[in-house]
Amino acid sequence: MAKKSLEPFLWTLFSAGGVLAALLIPIHLFLFGLAVPLGWAHPSYEHLLSLLRHPATQGYFFVLCTLALFHSAHRFRYTLYDGLQIKHLNEVINVLCYGGAIVGSVWTVYLLWRIP
Amino acid sequence: MNQTPIYTEFHSRWYRRRTSTYWWLRRPSYLAFILRELSSLFVAWFVIFTLVQIQALSQGAEGYQRFQDWSKQPVVLIVNLIALFFVVFHAITWFKLAPQAMVIRLHGKRVPAAWIAGSNYVVWALASALVAWIILGG
Repeated sequence: MAKKSLEPFLWTLFSAGGVLAALLIPIHLFLFGLAVPLGWAHPSYEHLLSLLRHPATQGYFFVLCTLALFHSAHRFRYTLYDGLQIKHLNEVINVLCYGGAIVGSVWTVYLLWRIP
Repeated sequence: MNQTPIYTEFHSRWYRRRTSTYWWLRRPSYLAFILRELSSLFVAWFVIFTLVQIQALSQGAEGYQRFQDWSKQPVVLIVNLIALFFVVFHAITWFKLAPQAMVIRLHGKRVPAAWIAGSNYVVWALASALVAWIILGG
């Protein structure tokens, strides 16, 4: 009997995460990684917290973070597979990559859930 | 040679050249491929950075101030600068590939690749502007 493969599902997560990562991560990283720390922009704490309290923002970060994590896990798995040619470690790599993505997703849900 | 070959569970060995572990250094296009693949690490870094930020925001004004001081450190700034380079590289290569992954037909004719790639850049610009506008206070 043919075993149902998870592979198509993982590729779907990879593509969906890839689109979101391409469209949204550069601007987030530019703003909070460079512009704010370098003093080019000054969003206030109150403003950011009120944004974060909104359910739409929480849904946005849940989708963005989980899909980006699964995108990243899938791609990194193939980087190790092609780049280092360590096919014999396949199962360990799969567990570490997707396991990491699952742990990160749970962490995301936890953090979003305990926003005051 | 044996007339009756010995049975083994494995395929008989044939000559195969081993690919070097550093095959991706041989050509610029190979290197670009590996750099694109490595962008995954920086996507993961972005998620971790964002989660730390969300946690800091939940911890009150003081907690957020600590996060801001941390993000001002040169090491963090440099990591974020490198990460920005990689995610932009990911975005450009992703949009470049989109016309090949997505074949759209209009009146029976294939929509030119440049249109699909171009529309991706427009959506990218609009999404970035919207996110910046919301975050910076509308």
